Amino acid sequence: MTIASDGQSVGTAWWRGRALRRFARHRLAVTGTLLIVLLTLACVFGPLLLPYDELHIDLRARFSPPLTGDHYLGTDPLGRDLAARLLMAGRVSLLVGFAAMLLSTLIGVVIGIIAGYRGGWLGNALMRFTDAFLCFPQIFLLLALAAFIKPDPLMITIIIAATSWMEIARIVSAEIRSLRERDFVLAARMAGASHRWIMFRELLPNAIGAIIVAATLTVARAILIEAYISFLGYGIQPPLPSWGNMLNNAQQYLASAPWLAIIPGIAITLAVTSFNFIGDGLRDALDARSDLK
Amino acid sequence: MSRYLIHRFGQSLVLLILVSLVGFMVLNLAPGGPLSQFALTPGMSQADLERIAAQMGLDRPLPIQYLDWFWRLFVGDWGNSFRDGVPVLEVIGRHLFATLLLMISSTIISVGIGTVVGVMGATRRYSLFDYTATVLAMVALSIPTFWFGLVAIYTFALDLGWLPAGNMYTIGDQSFADYATHLIMPSLVLALVNVAIWSRYMRSAMLDVIDQDFIRTARAKGLPRWRVLYLHVMRNALLPMITLAGLQLPTLLGGALVTETVFTWPGMGRLFLDSLGYQDYPVVMGLLMFSAMLVLVGNLLADILVALADPRVRLE
Amino acid sequence: MSARRLTVRDLSVAFRTEGQLVPVVHEVSFTLDAGETLAVVGESGSGKSVTSLAVMRLLPPPPRSALSGEILYHHDGQDLDLSRLSETRMRRIRGDRIAMIFQEPLTSLNPVLRVGQQITESIRCHRPVSAEEARRRAIELLDRVGITEPEARLDAYPHELSGGMRQRVMIAIALALEPDILIADEPTTALDVTVQAQILDLLRDIQEQSGMAILFITHNFGVVAEIADRTMVMYAGRVVEAGGAEAVLTRPMMPYTVGLMGSVPRIEWAGRHGEALGTIEGFVPDPAQMPAGCAFHPRCRHVRAGLCDQTVPVLEEASPAHSLRCLRWRELLEARR
Repeated sequence: MTIASDGQSVGTAWWRGRALRRFARHRLAVTGTLLIVLLTLACVFGPLLLPYDELHIDLRARFSPPLTGDHYLGTDPLGRDLAARLLMAGRVSLLVGFAAMLLSTLIGVVIGIIAGYRGGWLGNALMRFTDAFLCFPQIFLLLALAAFIKPDPLMITIIIAATSWMEIARIVSAEIRSLRERDFVLAARMAGASHRWIMFRELLPNAIGAIIVAATLTVARAILIEAYISFLGYGIQPPLPSWGNMLNNAQQYLASAPWLAIIPGIAITLAVTSFNFIGDGLRDALDARSDLK
Repeated sequence: MSRYLIHRFGQSLVLLILVSLVGFMVLNLAPGGPLSQFALTPGMSQADLERIAAQMGLDRPLPIQYLDWFWRLFVGDWGNSFRDGVPVLEVIGRHLFATLLLMISSTIISVGIGTVVGVMGATRRYSLFDYTATVLAMVALSIPTFWFGLVAIYTFALDLGWLPAGNMYTIGDQSFADYATHLIMPSLVLALVNVAIWSRYMRSAMLDVIDQDFIRTARAKGLPRWRVLYLHVMRNALLPMITLAGLQLPTLLGGALVTETVFTWPGMGRLFLDSLGYQDYPVVMGLLMFSAMLVLVGNLLADILVALADPRVRLE
Repeated sequence: MSARRLTVRDLSVAFRTEGQLVPVVHEVSFTLDAGETLAVVGESGSGKSVTSLAVMRLLPPPPRSALSGEILYHHDGQDLDLSRLSETRMRRIRGDRIAMIFQEPLTSLNPVLRVGQQITESIRCHRPVSAEEARRRAIELLDRVGITEPEARLDAYPHELSGGMRQRVMIAIALALEPDILIADEPTTALDVTVQAQILDLLRDIQEQSGMAILFITHNFGVVAEIADRTMVMYAGRVVEAGGAEAVLTRPMMPYTVGLMGSVPRIEWAGRHGEALGTIEGFVPDPAQMPAGCAFHPRCRHVRAGLCDQTVPVLEEASPAHSLRCLRWRELLEARR
């Protein structure tokens, strides 16, 4: 722990500055950040600049390979512009991934902090419950849930979050448990602080590094998992494009129009890799344990 | 040793009950609950639905329903498939072999490659090889399995024509070589993610051990480098890897589902998706519970293996 | 006159941290004869362990560390410079001619291998003997280091033994091939006082029987008094006082040695010459930020501004076979009389 045990505010600014420097030295993380910024900008503003919108059907231009006329990435079986669809899909996929991360982090932090701070019967039950969730392969659980819900982006986000909060819960509870008996908590308790105050104001800030790292990796996983269920036909539904459902029909045209499969896959890989790189850089920068290695 | 095992069995039992609770939750979370699939059938009146509900015991209080459900889960009465009326466990049993074949062959590949890469990375820490392996592992973890499968099919089946694009065997052939050629691509695709995970963990487990005092002792004894590495370091580094193998089971099963879909492999994952498509609800629930139990048993087995391999556990 | 075993001349070691070479051992020289025990004394961070690991060539390989000077091992009339030996030849010497035991018997044995295997593998990798022969030797060795029921212990795992027993096993491994030199890096520090005394007795007995030379690393002057013939005190990577164990113990001259003795509990020599008992304040300096002048001056109670913080003292001979590194030793000696 870089944070002094006698009070968590000691040298916070210094600590942040050092973390930032370490992050900036991590070449992969910086590359990842740049790629995500570029990808986000492209998805937000790109569709405005392209000559076609993602729903424009042009049956004469079906199956155009990339770089045909104005269709920079080619067209799909309905003659829709792949570049426009890719960027619009990016909006959906990135948004779902990000929102699912926020929601699952919230669930994970609340469960983890209660389990870690309260301990005892309730804490144990919560952690065993978390373990039980971890026994289910996430895709099985997601698909079983997805079959019953209205597959709009909001519901998809909710079920992704509902099946990916466990890791953060475990990290937070472990972190809190190790901090619970430290001096500053005892001091706060003796000063008459309420449990809620201690949980959220004294303990949580110490776990924040680990949470940020886990949350970043959760974005990567959420994007990936959304692609999986959309590819399998239970995620985001057409005509709304997502990177996953763009690949949905690609398999049948694999021989004749391979770009339909290849291009969205590259977009997914690029986004997920970037978030994984960022997560790795954050781990090096924020995780005090990496000091020892 | 036996006390440890009893303790561990007890834990698994508690976990099994919790797993069944989660499963029951999923069952009832769906709008309309277990009835939802009937509600979609055309021509079904409200009265019909209520009759079916009474038949299925859905008018009883939830705790009673749960206990009933858990009991049937326990004795193996998992209901019948809506599609063909075959008992769920039998349906699962028919698809189990294909999935296990895929998972085992892909595990052998990923453990083999992952161990070599991890050991090389650990012994050449911060080298070009280590750096490249680290980056590639992170990229491998980011590639959607199904997409990688599609690219592989396009390259090796459609373009080069070296390997079959899908299925487990050619009808009418079914020789060992036929099975093997069908197995290559799906097991390699499924192995991709696991190679990455395994090599990362192997590397850090090796590094954890290399810095230990007893490795210095082994070197001070004048043992050859290979003996220090393979007997002293590896033996200790592999212990946590057994646990890891257990913990990775859900990921492996999930990956198998996706891989089976892409390669039309007749396993549990394929069955799961087909059943979802037909709204064959008992099979879906059955597979969900079955996969969780498989994970549970896998983790238990991993812990027993660690207890057998690690002399320190025996006293606990 | 017994045979010389080891001559270390101007040994310097530096470690690379964040691209920079930071020196941790400066021009250390000493000799070691057969049947003799040289105690190297100092706080942690004084460079004493690094010196011993350098002799064993167990330091991180070259880009991560740099070594200069000579480490001459005298064997069969030959002088082998260990610092220049190939790794293969060094490996043959390690564990065979020069053996080492470490501070933490708890962590120094491989937890997943049986004690017997850890002894026999050392024998079998240096000598072409059968498994049964190696096992027979292992039983003898365990018996020799005072382990009862050696045959049964052979099949035990390290965690099934007490700390003292584990250290005995470590000694058995080190003695397996009757080495010329035994390097003992704080072998008793982690043990109970009574067990400590037993282990020291054992080492002394073995030395009397075999005539091996012992390089004994410690921070405890009580242990020095028990076992050492000669002693060498190190501070911040340098030898600051060296001489016969008795001379240094009874007439310490370097203020650091005096202070170090004061910080040793249950010791009868401290304070003999009117020096106050007490520990030395402060810490061993960071090798990357060595103070100018005498490295010890920020902690020294006899420090003189303008002298100690500017001039680096050299190792001087105060009397035959008693040298020290202090700018003011003559004055201090006068004052004491």
